[in-house]
Amino acid sequence: MSHDHSLNPETMPQDPEKATLEGKNKFMGLWFFLGGEAVLFASLFGTYLALRNSTADGPASDEIFGLGLVFVMTMLLLTSSLTSVYAMYHMKNNDYSKMVLWLGITALLGVGFLACEIYEFAHYITEYGFTFRSSAFGSAFYTLVGFHGGHVLFGLCWVISLLIRNAKRGLNLYNAPKFNTFSLYWHFIDVIWVFIFTVVYLMGKVG
Amino acid sequence: MPENTSTNSTVKAYQKKKNKDEMKKQLIAFASMIAFTLIAFGIVATESVDKMFLIPIIVIMAVVQVGFQFYYFMHMKDKGHAMPATLIYGGVWAALLTLGGLGLITWW
Amino acid sequence: MSVTATQKRSVGAVLWDYLTTIDHKKIAHLYLIGGGFFFILGGLEAVIIRIQLIKPENDFISAGFYNEMITMHGTTMIFLAAMPILLGLMNAIMPLQIGARDVSFPFLNSLGFWLFMFGGLLLNCSWFLGGAPDAGWTSYASLAIDSPGHGVDFYVAGLQIAGAGTLMGGINFLATIVNMRAPGMTYMRMPLFAWATFITSVLILFAFPALTVNLFLLMFDRMFGSAFFDVALGGNTIIWQHLFWIFGHPEVYILILPLFGLFSDVFSTFSKKRLFGYTAMVFATMLIAFLGFMVWAHHMFTVGLGPVANSIFAIATMAIAVPTGIKIFNWLATMWGGSITINSAMLWALGFIPSFTIGGMTGVMLGSAVADYQYHDTYFVIAHFHYVIVGGTVFGIFCGLHYWWPVMFGRILHEGMGKLTFWTFFIGFHMTFFIQHFLGLMGMPRRYWVFLEDQGLDLGNLISTIGAFFMSFAVIVFIINIFYTAAKGERPSPDPYDGRTLEWATASSPPPHYNFAQLPLTRGLDPLWIEKMEGNGKMTPAEPLGDIHMPNGSILPFLMSLGFFIAGFGFIYQVDHSAWYLALYGGMAFALGCMVVRSFKDDHGHHIPKEELEREAD
Repeated sequence: MSHDHSLNPETMPQDPEKATLEGKNKFMGLWFFLGGEAVLFASLFGTYLALRNSTADGPASDEIFGLGLVFVMTMLLLTSSLTSVYAMYHMKNNDYSKMVLWLGITALLGVGFLACEIYEFAHYITEYGFTFRSSAFGSAFYTLVGFHGGHVLFGLCWVISLLIRNAKRGLNLYNAPKFNTFSLYWHFIDVIWVFIFTVVYLMGKVG
Repeated sequence: MPENTSTNSTVKAYQKKKNKDEMKKQLIAFASMIAFTLIAFGIVATESVDKMFLIPIIVIMAVVQVGFQFYYFMHMKDKGHAMPATLIYGGVWAALLTLGGLGLITWW
Repeated sequence: MSVTATQKRSVGAVLWDYLTTIDHKKIAHLYLIGGGFFFILGGLEAVIIRIQLIKPENDFISAGFYNEMITMHGTTMIFLAAMPILLGLMNAIMPLQIGARDVSFPFLNSLGFWLFMFGGLLLNCSWFLGGAPDAGWTSYASLAIDSPGHGVDFYVAGLQIAGAGTLMGGINFLATIVNMRAPGMTYMRMPLFAWATFITSVLILFAFPALTVNLFLLMFDRMFGSAFFDVALGGNTIIWQHLFWIFGHPEVYILILPLFGLFSDVFSTFSKKRLFGYTAMVFATMLIAFLGFMVWAHHMFTVGLGPVANSIFAIATMAIAVPTGIKIFNWLATMWGGSITINSAMLWALGFIPSFTIGGMTGVMLGSAVADYQYHDTYFVIAHFHYVIVGGTVFGIFCGLHYWWPVMFGRILHEGMGKLTFWTFFIGFHMTFFIQHFLGLMGMPRRYWVFLEDQGLDLGNLISTIGAFFMSFAVIVFIINIFYTAAKGERPSPDPYDGRTLEWATASSPPPHYNFAQLPLTRGLDPLWIEKMEGNGKMTPAEPLGDIHMPNGSILPFLMSLGFFIAGFGFIYQVDHSAWYLALYGGMAFALGCMVVRSFKDDHGHHIPKEELEREAD
């Protein structure tokens, strides 16, 4: 079909993710979505800031937060951001197998991050009895960090289904925009985490 | 025809080199992000800075780090990003207003 | 007309067509039907409220039922009537105005509609399942967390689903305007309605996430035992108010800005003049949107934010009067010296100016923080926001429906009935709401079930209720007009009003589903008018006739929304019995499954071959 051919040209254009109108639309649409996400997380951060000292005689932030695990989680997520940059680098060079490799590493780092987060939450609940219901601070903490974790989980499902779907197809102008939008979304998750470790954990530690 | 392919391949080589240079910048951005993170965790862990200065310092470092993320990793510095940048800054503005509003409850 | 378009089709085929459609014009029909249905429902609720208040100490309905009525009237009118009808108008017209064949994300467009529809239905299911929400349309947390039964849970779940749909619509319109403008259609050549759509979408994008979060917080508190608003555990109910109004104030601009754009187009068309001060109009719209984000706390003057915060928000509020004033004067100047045609669309536009200006002036009065302590929660507030929302948004919707009916449905609404609708509605509207300013100033509080005799409130309330009957009559006439037009209406040419912009430059009325066989070349503001003035009469094509690429329809948006609808019931009822988790997880899994199907099935769309386009042109 002529149409499929147009999606598999002899030489890939310079920016395969923006070569088609559909690609341009996806690119713009995802950026705009991230603008909205900024407000979504701002509302959660604002709620957290308003309630961070409302511990209702339960555990307070400086008593329970440990910096070690958070540091590991931060490194995992920051590195996964770099690996997805590498994946996009190989996409622009039309090197499909390397792109898949780097996206795979990104996904693994994301899984590692999520595992640490689940361990962290379980630790707070069993060790300190600090739950979603114990105080307004607890509700705000689990909601903010949990929303971020949910975004990570969604990103993981996204990239894994992209990798499965395109395992045998190679790069073309139909799936390049999809990989690219995922990578933008993943960077944004990292952006949110930078504010979470700063505002929630570091500021929580100093009280 | 051979001429054509050769020009094509030189363009490709040029493009490859450009992508490579770009990648170097990305690595520098990544290194500085890691550095900022280490400093932030470091000064909190060692309690070496007075609390009054500590919070502004770590918040500023987070903002700078996020700037790297947006401008380098997400390519907002490149051409064709005027609209995304406008909408992101719009979102940041609305976000700041939201934070200000909810901050009113506790700080005013 | 082509033969295929006039062939009779079975009801089932039409239904399937609409369930699976991703054509922006058909989605617009769906939005208008859905929004129209909820508009009638909200209108009935309003009439019941007014009947209850027709005389002192009336017992037409019970106090609890009255609370449900006021809550559902507000919620329905804002979220389920006004917004969807506006999204419908934007869907129908904006892509045509910028010369596009469809929107950027046709699939999301359809998903957005079905989410709205199922969200609205979920909310209204509450009537039959133990009572509707009764904490007011603002659902302040201090009231809402203690509201018994499941009413407020339906509010939370229904609005969450409908709100997600609206957000998708906003992102879709933004991407469409940025990426899909026809050759030559620069930003500063876009008709004002397209501009207004763009700016409204920005507001949707930045305002709705705050509502999403707020609804989540309330949902967690009511259904999962968290403590955001539980003061005993350190919660703070003012958070709800802030987040609600951070969303809620931009929301009122979402409701009015599209109509500002529409009125600009209408005044310009029926005055046969270029819009006066086009650039000023564009920037005034932006300024209104910008300021609109910084004034939310004027809904909270009496909360006790302190004099400094109150003063800042009072000044910001009054500042909005400036760009709005620019607009009013520009509309008047557009008509000045023009060759004015007065038909039903123009009547609504003319009626809008004084009505909305009154609402704007009472807005400045309310914006004064000190005076607001007196007005707060009285009928003065009710009168104010009905003057802007009915006098602005509803007048605008009627104006837009009369103006664009030929583009949307290929018929012209009956003029006589149109004028009757306008005059009865206009008179009824002022009767109902003008008197309420004085009721408010005399101290009648809003949301009260009854008022007492001989407090000077009897006559005013009676007049107000009679006005409501006039408005009901007008709406009934309009509905009759729709059916009459569908059966016997006149079939217009594609350009019945001597239009100026691209929605009048299509090959037929209604336009073919690909909108333009060849994308038009825009050579300036009011592109069609330019061509008419230069004697061409029609647009110059910007491309040779070729195959057109169009997206394929899909049932998945409907199914996904159905999944979320079922999950909504699961969320609401899992507090009663854990078996409902089945509905929660089942619905979610079904919706996610549909998403996976969507992303695993390649959909490259289809091509309309050149030969078919040539055949249809004959």
